[in-house]
Amino acid sequence: MEQNDNGKLFKLIHLDVPLLLGLLAVSGLGMIVLYSAGQQNMDLVLGQGMRLGLGFVIMLALAQAPPRYFRLWSPWIYLAGIALLLAVMAVGDISKGAQRWLDLGVIRFQPSEIMKLAVPMMMGWFFAEKPLPPRWLHLLGGVLITAIPFVLIAEQPDLGTALVVGSAGAFALFLAGLSWIIMFGLALLLGAAIPLFWTFIMHDYQRQRVLTFLNPESDPLGTGYHIIQSKIAIGSGGIYGRGWLNGTQSHLDFLPEGSTDFIFAAFSEEFGLVGACLLLALYFFIIARSLYMAAGAPDTYTRLLAGSLTLIFFLYAFVNSGMVSGLLPVVGLPLPLFSYGGTSLVTIMAGFGILMSVYSHRRTPTR
Amino acid sequence: MTRAGLVLSLLALVTASIVVRAAYLQLVHKDFLQEQGDERFLRVVEVPAHRGMIVDRNGEPLAVSSPVDSIWAEPKAFLEQHARWPQLAAALGMTAADLEKKLAPDIERQSVNEKPRQFVYLRRHLAPDEARRVLQLDIPGVYAQREYRRYYPDAEVTSHLLGFTDIDDVGQEGLEKTFDTQLRGIPGQKRVIKDRLGRIVEDVENIQSPQPGRKLTLSIDRRLQYQSYRALKAAVMEHNAKAGSAVIVDVKTGEILAMVDQPAGNPNNRADLKSDLLRNRAVTDAYEPGSTVKAFTIAMALESGKWAPASLVDTRGPLRIGRYRVRDVHNYGTLDVTHIISKSSNIGTTKIALSLPAERLWKVFKDIGFGALTGLGLIGEQPGVLRHFNKWGGEIGHANHSFGYGFSVNMLQLAQAYTVLAADGVRRPLTILKRQEPLDPALERRVLPAKVTQQVRAMLEQAVTSQGTGAKADVPGYRVAGKTGTVHKSIGGRYAKNRYFSLFAGMVPASDPRLVMVIIVDEPKGGAYYGGTVAAPVFGRTMGGVLRILNVTPDDMPTMKIAGADQSVVRTAP
Repeated sequence: MEQNDNGKLFKLIHLDVPLLLGLLAVSGLGMIVLYSAGQQNMDLVLGQGMRLGLGFVIMLALAQAPPRYFRLWSPWIYLAGIALLLAVMAVGDISKGAQRWLDLGVIRFQPSEIMKLAVPMMMGWFFAEKPLPPRWLHLLGGVLITAIPFVLIAEQPDLGTALVVGSAGAFALFLAGLSWIIMFGLALLLGAAIPLFWTFIMHDYQRQRVLTFLNPESDPLGTGYHIIQSKIAIGSGGIYGRGWLNGTQSHLDFLPEGSTDFIFAAFSEEFGLVGACLLLALYFFIIARSLYMAAGAPDTYTRLLAGSLTLIFFLYAFVNSGMVSGLLPVVGLPLPLFSYGGTSLVTIMAGFGILMSVYSHRRTPTR
Repeated sequence: MTRAGLVLSLLALVTASIVVRAAYLQLVHKDFLQEQGDERFLRVVEVPAHRGMIVDRNGEPLAVSSPVDSIWAEPKAFLEQHARWPQLAAALGMTAADLEKKLAPDIERQSVNEKPRQFVYLRRHLAPDEARRVLQLDIPGVYAQREYRRYYPDAEVTSHLLGFTDIDDVGQEGLEKTFDTQLRGIPGQKRVIKDRLGRIVEDVENIQSPQPGRKLTLSIDRRLQYQSYRALKAAVMEHNAKAGSAVIVDVKTGEILAMVDQPAGNPNNRADLKSDLLRNRAVTDAYEPGSTVKAFTIAMALESGKWAPASLVDTRGPLRIGRYRVRDVHNYGTLDVTHIISKSSNIGTTKIALSLPAERLWKVFKDIGFGALTGLGLIGEQPGVLRHFNKWGGEIGHANHSFGYGFSVNMLQLAQAYTVLAADGVRRPLTILKRQEPLDPALERRVLPAKVTQQVRAMLEQAVTSQGTGAKADVPGYRVAGKTGTVHKSIGGRYAKNRYFSLFAGMVPASDPRLVMVIIVDEPKGGAYYGGTVAAPVFGRTMGGVLRILNVTPDDMPTMKIAGADQSVVRTAP
């Protein structure tokens, strides 16, 4: 990196300039699109701006902390998260048919969000001093660390977050150098578990979503509606799009969730293939830069943590765009930094804060 | 590190696949998807057309269409708004239970997992500002649709004639039905942008402008309609009668100036739309005309040359024909032909008729329009029954026909017949539409000699003097000619004992008739039932006002009265 005055300043506050620019570009573009997709409601844009601001502040704050603190806190955060998940099961608020929220009087929050950070931290903590690639016993420990929150969250039910948390654990195992044979075996095992999963874990509406994904036209007025409308919105954009504020499907309210989960469709209609490619390129850049930063991590803990967090972001971005464009079933994951609302925005920014801390403190191992 | 390489290539692969997917949708499938998208918001909607006005001969409105809004719901969205139903019901002037009832089929369909209907009317024909209040509630799945509602300013005064339209503004009865194709507009079409809630966001293009229906100008004069309605209604109420009809015809043009009925309903109130209240009895019901046709029997006799107004007939009765007897109300002794009419002698009329072949009488009846539709196209016209003279049943049938029994006519036919008498024997086609240009002479037909009709008119004038049966048809200042009729009602093939139709047919001013009016009152109760007592006063009362309205020059001012009286002193001793 260049060592000019600016570089020094950013180094002093532990921020990575290329990543910061990427994040600012995506979230700035997101606000512009949100203005249009949200029926030009300025309140929506300001709300999103506030949330992004909070995210950046948290990112900046976490970037200052040396990674060894994260390592020190990892098991406690993880255990606290599990405890909160259990609390949610017992006394949580029910919203939209799912029990996800914990009302603390002042704020309501989803403990499952914590697990998106806590699982990678815990996995890093657990494997930090173990021989790699992991032994069978250690592998079992890693699987347990992942499986417990996964099941708790899936039971809420919140399949989207459960998948993210489960994937975070899988990413960590993968980065821990799990042998290809074992990974292949686990994948087979997972494949065999799908029918069980289908029957015992999944709820009716989740099964319906998968069925709808397989054939959205089977119920165009019901559950297939989202995906059909979304494809129409994207396709209507053509190469150059209909232009900002000119999207018909979102403005006339035909595109459901046009400012939240399906904002990619609203964006694609207005900015066309050119805009979609630009946005995907920005995400590609952010992920690639994050991977580069994770690769520079000094030890196992930081490498597993940074790598898993990056892959979570990767998962968000491409599960969402895949879902909106009809490549994947409808899973309620927002497009990170772009979709309106969602506590996940704050979580994701916190993840980038940790990543920057890891990269910035790469000369100082955690032990 | 191979794993980093794997992750990087995976990243590249996934990014590429999303890009390819986007390109697939936005390049390959663009046209299809754009079309699909357009289909979702571009809609062709119907623009309702204004139904044509019905106006009277002076351009006064008789039926007008005013814009209203109908509120409808799309059940799928609407059923989800159950919490707001009471609020909506209040705005619609209904109860939530009413809404529940309207959507019951959809609730049931949903309960068995079927799709509900797409469209349900919640309330038809709200005033536009009421509808606006409903829409301001902004309840998903509730929409308004512009329609037109028919309004009849004169309500029951014109209801039988005009009929009515159904809630979709299609003519169902009366002139609304006869002239529906002319009155009905052609709805236009426009392309609009609608949002998901069906609200029109923007008009894109006008595909076809609505063509309003054409105006229908009737021959009816609203003022005459009102005068005759009032007089008829008064008579029907005074005599506690079941029903009544009256028709006024313009002698010179054949235009129908008024056509009224009792009982009547208000067509603006749909609860009143019962067939019995809206039947146009003047054309839908045929009656035995009774003594009113004696004028034509006498005309036939005069035309034959065998009889003259002063010819004498012995009318002492009863007159035996086979096993039947013909009677008069009083014994008038020997009468001349004029007094046979003014006293309405059945025996005298029969003797005159039987002196000539039945075929002659039959031909006159046919020539003046009995037994055939008037051809006005009025809904449900009953042509009545006039059998061929061979089937009249011998002498007694011949006799019955001569004084108005054994066949039937509707009031329009009777008015037409008297119009022939009034028009010096020329038959002109009747019309319910205003004649925009003078009647084509080719359509006129002479069916009686002018001299004969003038002689008959003079006799009919006698019938309306204080000596005649129709004295109460008198109109001060004008000479009136007319004939009463009192007909036994035939019920189940027998003549009922104390049930009658009271009729009067007359014309005014007698010196040069301009108007013919016929009146029938069905079953007057309470003692009075003679045509001269029940129906004739309707003529007098109506014409008193009508002649002033039409500014007809009086032909019976005091000086003229003396002169007229001198000429017409042809008194025979009873």
